[in-house]
Amino acid sequence: MAWKRKDLLTIQELDPAEITLVIDTAASLREIGGREIKKVPTLRGKTIVNLFYEPSTRTRTSFEIAGKWLSADVINFAASTSSIGKGETLLDTARNIEAMSPDVVVVRHSSAGAAEMLARHLRCGVVNAGDGAHEHPTQALLDLLTIRERKGHLDGLQVAIVGDIAHSRVARSNIHGMRKLGMTVTVAGPPTLIPPHVQEFGVKVSHRLEDAIRDVDVIMMLRLQQERMTAGLIPSLREYSRYWGLTLDRLRASARADVLIMHPGPVNRGVELSPEVADGPYSVILEQTGNGVAVRMAVLFLLAGTRVTQEAA
Amino acid sequence: MKLLVRNGRVIDPATGTDAVQDVLVQDGTIAATGARLERGAVEGAEVLDAGGLVVCPGLIDIHVHLREPGYEYKETIRTGTRAAAAGGFTAVCGMANTDPVNDNRAVTDYILAKARAEASVRVYPIGAVTRGLAGKELAELAELAEAGCVAFSDDGRAVMNAELYRRAMEYTLPFGCPVISHAEDTTLSHGACMNEGTVSTELGLKGAPAAAEDTMVARDILLAELTGAHVHIAHLSTAGAVRLVREAKARGVRVTAEAAPHHLVLTDEAVRGYDPNTKMNPPLRSRRDVEALVEGLADGTVDCVATDHAPHALAEKEGEYDRAANGIVGLETAVSLLLDRLVRPGLLDLPTLVARMSTGPARVLNLPGGTLAPGAPADITLLDPGREVTVDPSRFESRSRNTPFGGWRLRGAPAATIVGGKLIWRTGGGFTG
Repeated sequence: MAWKRKDLLTIQELDPAEITLVIDTAASLREIGGREIKKVPTLRGKTIVNLFYEPSTRTRTSFEIAGKWLSADVINFAASTSSIGKGETLLDTARNIEAMSPDVVVVRHSSAGAAEMLARHLRCGVVNAGDGAHEHPTQALLDLLTIRERKGHLDGLQVAIVGDIAHSRVARSNIHGMRKLGMTVTVAGPPTLIPPHVQEFGVKVSHRLEDAIRDVDVIMMLRLQQERMTAGLIPSLREYSRYWGLTLDRLRASARADVLIMHPGPVNRGVELSPEVADGPYSVILEQTGNGVAVRMAVLFLLAGTRVTQEAA
Repeated sequence: MKLLVRNGRVIDPATGTDAVQDVLVQDGTIAATGARLERGAVEGAEVLDAGGLVVCPGLIDIHVHLREPGYEYKETIRTGTRAAAAGGFTAVCGMANTDPVNDNRAVTDYILAKARAEASVRVYPIGAVTRGLAGKELAELAELAEAGCVAFSDDGRAVMNAELYRRAMEYTLPFGCPVISHAEDTTLSHGACMNEGTVSTELGLKGAPAAAEDTMVARDILLAELTGAHVHIAHLSTAGAVRLVREAKARGVRVTAEAAPHHLVLTDEAVRGYDPNTKMNPPLRSRRDVEALVEGLADGTVDCVATDHAPHALAEKEGEYDRAANGIVGLETAVSLLLDRLVRPGLLDLPTLVARMSTGPARVLNLPGGTLAPGAPADITLLDPGREVTVDPSRFESRSRNTPFGGWRLRGAPAATIVGGKLIWRTGGGFTG
């Protein structure tokens, strides 16, 4: 099958074949990172703009490396260094960037729907690198690639996503992606961190960590933001960690021996994950990061590269 | 000066009339209505043929943001009242959240002077409950009433201090005009930009639970009961609030309520796609809420329709959803939306819709009009239930275009607007007054 979309905005809008196409493409491009000279000419002459309105190290760097390995020119706009800080609206900034003829704009923004809005207004491709609490599609794609690599398949696997589901775009994108690919998903956390009516997305809800992680193939721990305490959603980090922190003891007591531990990062060590778990044999956190580059190469290739093919055809 | 509106279907909820009749207007008041008016009485009258049209008391919108003074880039008294006339309304009540706030007589005087000079329809100002809408101390309510304010509201903001709100209800008792409650417990809704539910979870937008409205409606009903004051609930939007108002009315509490057209025809499903023109406060609710609201409008729990016409400039409504301004324009779409979406499918009969848009609002705020009985002001709206329209925001009289209804094809539209016996606006002919 061929990629037909101008943009990558959500996992929700993709069908299973499209998700699989991205993952397969990523798997085939990954070997570039193992070469001595990490460069292929695939996107030579293409311009990719990283437009990041929220601080990000991992995702932005990952897109930048992905673009550079494919020989694209990658330009970073960050909130602190550009006219974003001078009160220019998102739409104005984007229109000005478009006037410089990029092929793809990668956008991260704190407002849900920001990427969709840009995609409506821009002729170039738009990749959503995280919009508020809505979606973070490339994260879900790299998570799926990581799981498939370790387990050999995705269909039929059971996953527990644990922590602040309510504010997590990673959780939303993964729920959609995993459900579409035939996986069973349980979301777990204190009721204040579970979004209303989440069962309607085909997931189970658990309010006890031990129950949620029993017999699952994958445990995905989410980062707990400090501001959830001041908002009255949890009493303290101490209490959260006591009931929801994944420790080695708890893992050994309740989880399968071949379980995978994932985390989108950055990890709050000692809060949602104890250091022994984060660095231990179950953890695939660093593989996730490595696969992030491969997935972003695939996405940039599919968005910026296929148009070349189409034009040639 | 005489005007004869001939041969229309006259619907006057105040007198229970629904028959093909003529309406004779003389010197700004209704002179006579009837099937066969005396030839001598109608002699020399200018004739307006209303064959095939509905003739009803002038529609009154008691919840409009005219934005002047202070936000003339969004709307002015001139453009807002032209929008009203083109939407079939003969009178509007302007909310107090202007800049400066209408919390003192000077601002009320200014609004009324502007209205006398430039308005196409009647304008009744609503004064602020608290100084600067800050929710801290009472505005000069007695003087505002004397200057011409017909009600008091901090609309756009809830008065969270229950004691202050109680005192406002008590203090205004002698003036005979209600306090209008923007019912929202902001400790439950802070940061929200849509209804809390499945769609908010899907979109990753913070939702306000229906309980944020319900708890405040309950509080204000209890305060009305305590003080004996008349409280009017603005833009009712939840099934729970409808139930609370229904129960309170049955108990004899002096509570009335309004509903906005958008809450009667749209659900939070419309927020998918993040169009900021679906963002308003209270937000679009669930299907169940919409059904309860329509039912409440039909059975009289909801006394009237009010548009909450809230003009905003394009820049305030085109960006990120969570940062966009709340509200949509409503004056020029209300009649068509309700005729097409409520009356046509049989959810509401036409005489009831007319009642909720004319007699109902007049009674809620004690305003002149709301009837075609002889002696009443000659404020008359003509409706064309058969006319097909396509909503075209670029042709709005309003200065703003923020509507989610652009491109909607609707059957039923206003046909003419008569204020004080003068034909102000008519389909095709535009403004004549």
